[in-house]
Amino acid sequence: MAIEQITMPQLGESVTEGTISTWLVDVGDKVNKYDPLAEVLTDKVNAEVPSSYTGIIKELIVNEGETVAVGEVICKIETVQASTKDASPEEVKNGELEEVTTNDLSMKKRYSPAVLRLAQDHNIDLTNVDGTGRAGRITRKDIESIMKQGVRATSSASPDTSTTTKEIIPQQNTEKKASPVVHTGDIEIPVTGIRKVIANNMVKSKQEIPHAWMTVEVDVTDLVTCRNQVKEEFKQKEGFSITYFAFFVKAVATALKEYPAINSTWAGDKIIQRKDINLSIAVATDNELFVPVIKLADEKSIKGIAKEINELATKARAHKLSGQDIQGGTFTVNNTGSFGSVHSMGIINHPQAAILQVESIVKRPVIINNMFAARDMVNLCLSLDHRILDGLVCGRFLARVKEILENMNKDTINIY
Amino acid sequence: MTSRHKQLGLSDEQVIEMYKTMLLARRIDERMWLLNRSGKIPFVISCQGQEAMQVGASFALNRKVDFVAPYYRDLGIVLSFGMTAKELMLSAFAKAEDPNSGGRQMPGHFGQKKNRILSGSSPVTTQVPHAVGVALAGKMEKKDFVSFVTLGEGSSNQGDFHEGLNFAGVHKLPVITMVENNKYAISVPMEKQIASENVSIRAKSYGMTGVTVDGNDLFAVYEAVKAARERALNGEGPSLIEAVSYRLTAHSSDDDDRYREKEEVNEAKKKDAIVAFANELEAAGIISETQISDIEEEVMGIVNEATDYAENAAYADPEHALKYVYEE
Amino acid sequence: MAVMTYIQAITTALREEMIRDEKVFILGEDVGKKGGVFRATDGLYDTFGEDRVLDTPLSESAIAGVGIGAAMYGMRPIAEMQFADFILPAVNQIISEAAKLRYRSNNDWNAPITIRAPYGGGVHGALYHSQSIESIFANQPGLKIVMPSTPYDAKGLLKAAIRDNDPVLFFEHKRAYRLLKGEVPEEDYVLPIGKADVKREGTDITVITYGLCVHFALQAAEKLAEEGISTHILDLRTVYPLDKDAIIEAAKKTGKVLLITEDNLEGSIIGEVAAIIAENCLFDLDAPIKRLAGPDVPAMPYAPTMEKFFMVNPEKCEKAMRDLAEF
Repeated sequence: MAIEQITMPQLGESVTEGTISTWLVDVGDKVNKYDPLAEVLTDKVNAEVPSSYTGIIKELIVNEGETVAVGEVICKIETVQASTKDASPEEVKNGELEEVTTNDLSMKKRYSPAVLRLAQDHNIDLTNVDGTGRAGRITRKDIESIMKQGVRATSSASPDTSTTTKEIIPQQNTEKKASPVVHTGDIEIPVTGIRKVIANNMVKSKQEIPHAWMTVEVDVTDLVTCRNQVKEEFKQKEGFSITYFAFFVKAVATALKEYPAINSTWAGDKIIQRKDINLSIAVATDNELFVPVIKLADEKSIKGIAKEINELATKARAHKLSGQDIQGGTFTVNNTGSFGSVHSMGIINHPQAAILQVESIVKRPVIINNMFAARDMVNLCLSLDHRILDGLVCGRFLARVKEILENMNKDTINIY
Repeated sequence: MTSRHKQLGLSDEQVIEMYKTMLLARRIDERMWLLNRSGKIPFVISCQGQEAMQVGASFALNRKVDFVAPYYRDLGIVLSFGMTAKELMLSAFAKAEDPNSGGRQMPGHFGQKKNRILSGSSPVTTQVPHAVGVALAGKMEKKDFVSFVTLGEGSSNQGDFHEGLNFAGVHKLPVITMVENNKYAISVPMEKQIASENVSIRAKSYGMTGVTVDGNDLFAVYEAVKAARERALNGEGPSLIEAVSYRLTAHSSDDDDRYREKEEVNEAKKKDAIVAFANELEAAGIISETQISDIEEEVMGIVNEATDYAENAAYADPEHALKYVYEE
Repeated sequence: MAVMTYIQAITTALREEMIRDEKVFILGEDVGKKGGVFRATDGLYDTFGEDRVLDTPLSESAIAGVGIGAAMYGMRPIAEMQFADFILPAVNQIISEAAKLRYRSNNDWNAPITIRAPYGGGVHGALYHSQSIESIFANQPGLKIVMPSTPYDAKGLLKAAIRDNDPVLFFEHKRAYRLLKGEVPEEDYVLPIGKADVKREGTDITVITYGLCVHFALQAAEKLAEEGISTHILDLRTVYPLDKDAIIEAAKKTGKVLLITEDNLEGSIIGEVAAIIAENCLFDLDAPIKRLAGPDVPAMPYAPTMEKFFMVNPEKCEKAMRDLAEF
């Protein structure tokens, strides 16, 4: 014995419901398979619905005149046979869709035209962006969300149009960190203009270039003596001071000529050795840092170099440096000694290969021929791009700079 | 009266076989309606009222060599040509084993190569040029077969009817076209379909013999088709036969014939060719009342078995939908 | 190897296949005694007789439908539509019957019929003797559409179409019939249906086209080579189903793709080609996919000024190709 259900059949394509107009059976009636049970009215046809089973009518569920959807139970029949399930047309194996998580980043560097365009238009370095697309692909939305964050970070900034360098949206790495809490009395200084350019250049340089360092100690006693002798006369004659720094720049330019490897640039799949020796020099103002360039420094006299340093520094302090003045540097010499520093580790001026820090000249006791002597000593600290340069060539280069400087005396120096 | 079938050269066994075939067609059709009304199969399109002409015509053909291009009501023809009740039920349930289409087409879209039943579609009358093409091939290959194609009277207004018949007439091809005139094209009656007095008169335009016969009279249809086949094999070209009867059901399970008078349908049912044929055979002493009920029981057994088998048979795998677009 | 015209290659293929297989026969309007209005069946009536080169009544649906019936029986009919423009009355037979026969019968029946039709403009044929009608059939799985561009391809592909066990629409450019000459091997050979063919190797831009436009593109490429622009040309040959792999490969080769058809632009074959490239080649593309086609007007007008305006020609190809190269 089993209770079977009769449902409202679909009478016609596009028909979704039917109305029981008359029941042709009563509860308790015995029916044979295919005997008519009810008259049904639909939009398309009037029809008799037959029984699918032989048995006794147990229950009429839908009243005459009532409309029900196709598939709803209209009556129940008690059958003699055990219940058998019809082969269902819906028995389709559903391949479970598994959510597969992998660390596949094969699409990380496949940029769509839309992503590339946005990245270019907004100076976004795609190598630092994490993609949310499949296999790490950076989606247009990823870039758009970075742009939104970038706008918020600079929302209080005044428009900066005077710089020759393009403004760069901060990298997303720093943005993802929570902002530091600001306490009462703290001063918030918006990061704009030159400061932002400096910040970004430093980040780029530090993140991209594997830095290495070395320092040599140079005895410049003779150089100091010589310079002190000509200092007053030079100032009177030329109208500007002759600084130690000019001598150092000259020495570095001369050594670079002999070690062109140091005077080069990293270009991804190749290293470019520069023919010209254009030395960037760092000039600081209160809260800014400029690196104007002394072009073809190796071809200039000490006086010429001194003159150019003077001019560039004046221009920098007056904010009058032109694009020409700051472009094309191939190596940087940084006069950290002017602040009294005796040792420092400079950040390379991207995309150059190295930077040299010229520290303070300090009178120190030094042992010469097993006797103490008071000597003018200076530390030269070199930071190098280890992708381009190794310790050997840098060591030789520094030794050469040291040699040139230590041999500078009144007999050898030709200021003009 | 007694010798009507004998005059046509038919044996007692043959006419009993004809009766069984007609009855089987009717009972399968009725079962399909019940299955549809129980929600088990989505669609039925009926042969009821046309079994006599279908079986009469089929038995006049050589069912071992001739080709048929049936239309959707031709349950009687495909049964005569070797399709089984089980195969028809598999088609009704759209099961994988359906030889017509493997469950791809609606019921009534017949086709079975091993029995030379050409596959058909739903746009009507496209089968006429196909039958002409088969006849052309037979003529080219010098084979002794004819092709037999059927359609409704409404379809005889389609271009393919006229293009096909004209082609066959021009090239004198062995093709027999039988229009099963059941007086309605869904709801539109004959007089609103055809301007001429009947369909067979159209044969004249295409240079072929055209006759109209009583489609409820199995022997009359048999005789007409038999003669047409002989002409065809004698190289006398094609024939058009119009067999007139009445559609006893609605057009399909999606239709109900509110557009017809009840009395008209009841009147037609009184002239039901299957009942009339049984009476004729009984009167002629070919079968007894007991034999008639034995045949009924045998036929119902076949229908029940076919229904059970088809209902429990498997559907095609879903991905089977991708197969057989091209040769594989 | 013999040099022959495009139409001679067609006639040769027909003759050779009729000799090779007795099941092959031709039916169509004026194909018998006259040898076809373009003379594609020239001489075949004399050789094979009227039983195998059958002049039919002027009724395209019957030509297709009778052919399909004969094919179902096991013959290999070659039906000719006098002009592709006149195939429309036969569309029900081609799409409802031929295309679906194998599928609807669950592989029980098939229709190995070839339907040939001359298509294309530039012959002063006006609206109804100039059309490209392939796109009507190019979304009908079950059909194959072949449109060869050279005499060599025409012979090899027509033989393949006749031997194919599925229905093939074989469209021949009527202006190519006597315009194009080329070397055609005398021996029997077939070319694969469904395979595109590189007609010119190049590195700057890729042109994907078919039919007569292949020649326009080749002529333009020759000129552009003098300017140092290197053109890669893929001839689709079969426009349905498309050779996806070859399209993707050709598009990736240069990343700059120009698609050319003589058909109206909208809904044409090349729209589907563009979709295939868009789906598969995003990271290889170096320029937007460009299309050169006829304007979206109903068909080609009769007057020479308007006809020239409608037609694709080598100058239009050259301009579009240079434009893309400079992108």
